[in-house]
Amino acid sequence: MRKLSWFNVVSLTFGFAFLYIPMVILVVYSFNESKLVTVWAGFSTKWYGELMQNEAFLDAAWVTLKVAVISSTIATVLGTMAAFVLVRSGRFFGRTLFSGMIYAPLVMPEVITGLSLLLLFIAIGMDRGVMTIVLAHGTFSMCYVSVVVSSRMATFDESLEEAAMDLGCTGWDAFKSVTLPIISPAVISGWLLAFTLSLDDLVIASFTAGPSATTLPIKIFSSVRLGVSPEINALSTIIIALVAIGVITASIASKRAIVRQRRDEQVAR
Amino acid sequence: MNFSRKALIGIPYVWLLVLFLVPFLIVFKISLSDYAISIPPYTPTLDTTNGWWAGIRELWAGWDFENFVFLTQDDLYWKAYLSSLKIAVIATLLTLLVGFPIAYGMASAPPEWRTSLLMLVILPFWTSFLIRVYAWIGILSNEGFLNQFLMWTGITSEPLVILNTDWAVYIGIVYTYLPFMVLPIYSSLEKLDESLIEAALDLGCTRIGAFWSVTIHLAKPGVIAGSFLVFIPTLGEFVIPSLLGGSKTLMIGKVLWEEFFSNRDWPVAAAVAVILLMILIVPIVLFQQNQQKQREAAK
Repeated sequence: MRKLSWFNVVSLTFGFAFLYIPMVILVVYSFNESKLVTVWAGFSTKWYGELMQNEAFLDAAWVTLKVAVISSTIATVLGTMAAFVLVRSGRFFGRTLFSGMIYAPLVMPEVITGLSLLLLFIAIGMDRGVMTIVLAHGTFSMCYVSVVVSSRMATFDESLEEAAMDLGCTGWDAFKSVTLPIISPAVISGWLLAFTLSLDDLVIASFTAGPSATTLPIKIFSSVRLGVSPEINALSTIIIALVAIGVITASIASKRAIVRQRRDEQVAR
Repeated sequence: MNFSRKALIGIPYVWLLVLFLVPFLIVFKISLSDYAISIPPYTPTLDTTNGWWAGIRELWAGWDFENFVFLTQDDLYWKAYLSSLKIAVIATLLTLLVGFPIAYGMASAPPEWRTSLLMLVILPFWTSFLIRVYAWIGILSNEGFLNQFLMWTGITSEPLVILNTDWAVYIGIVYTYLPFMVLPIYSSLEKLDESLIEAALDLGCTRIGAFWSVTIHLAKPGVIAGSFLVFIPTLGEFVIPSLLGGSKTLMIGKVLWEEFFSNRDWPVAAAVAVILLMILIVPIVLFQQNQQKQREAAK
């Protein structure tokens, strides 16, 4: 085992400082008394109070949450189906087009995805609102979900499923009791990825949202353009805290699931 | 082919056709149209009063490549594409410069630390992109933390103007895309066998020579993958140049946005999108080929 050289230690220290100091500053100054974001004037939680009374932000937060939950659920279902098609379905007519359509949205600039979906919604005369954002987010997120799930499925031992069928399971039963528990960590992390992508998205939501539905990123973006405000810092702190809790819980849960699964597989042998 | 297999393939297939391929074809169609003051703001539109066939023929006759010709003649667009390319290249190199030592440090760390370090790199990636860009406004502004710090230490007496320049854009890109660079490099360095370095040293290499011919060589696939993962999305980036960049920062994503929302010139916005995609095809194909080569090498 090689020891960390001084170069390694320095680069890790600076690297992680670079990654985390901006967020620490953001969080610390959300508790600042002063309206000026860069001058410290004492501890206060008043910006959180103001945030809680800001109807526009609360409405936007509610819309964002609704969109994220619905679109990531749609994306998970469709993405898992697409992963099955990619890994299991063998050859069928238009397979190349299918896999192209799965991978293309991952590299497509958001401005183009947003523009093209908006033009579609206008062409078919669909009113823009929560529904259109959900459709847009569901579409690009399903591609991410299918990549995550299909990479897990590629290592999946198909004989387990065959064994279940031999023992009298129907195809659906075998899926429910064998396949799903094994791929579930990937499905859950796919859902989480879709959820955060949707929470975070500004560009595509700006194109596809109508006047009736404003999401939090759209709201943040328009107020940030006018300058920095402690209210946005408070909001950012809440989001960072929620994400950190979510990610850490999810990673602990998935680690446990993997450990349990390994144990089950060993018992089965 | 049974029904459930048909449904399994059909549902995601139709979904993607309708919500991915068709919208893109519409963009292409509109890029061939002309700007008009009407709703929708372009012409020709499909008019079926004289029957479908006549309508389609009229539509076809009204299409041309005028917008594309316009894009090549107007300086603004040329410069925007070139400056996006320049910013994306420089930002990718800077991200590599910052990311490589981090990935190298992580790969050299004791195995029991690695999971936590990995977690620490991934965690910011899950936090809101917008918020991470926003954080830098308060740091880089004239009264911001960086200038307060620099003036406090006496390094500068005047505040450095960083916000609203290309430098702020570079910092923003390096910051937000760092995990995309670190993770692939880390995963190719993680497999580095220490005995290879020892062998190189035994065979008479200097430390730097061994680092160059073993570590860098092994990291190459990760470096290439990471560079593409940073380069491709930054080319069409909108949020970073519009929040951190100044009015002089030209990036094509911003131009497209303004063309659509401020000028309401849909045909030109669509043409800008089509050309951006054509430019992107080159790095995307190269990236695909690189990934394919890696997969084959791994077998």
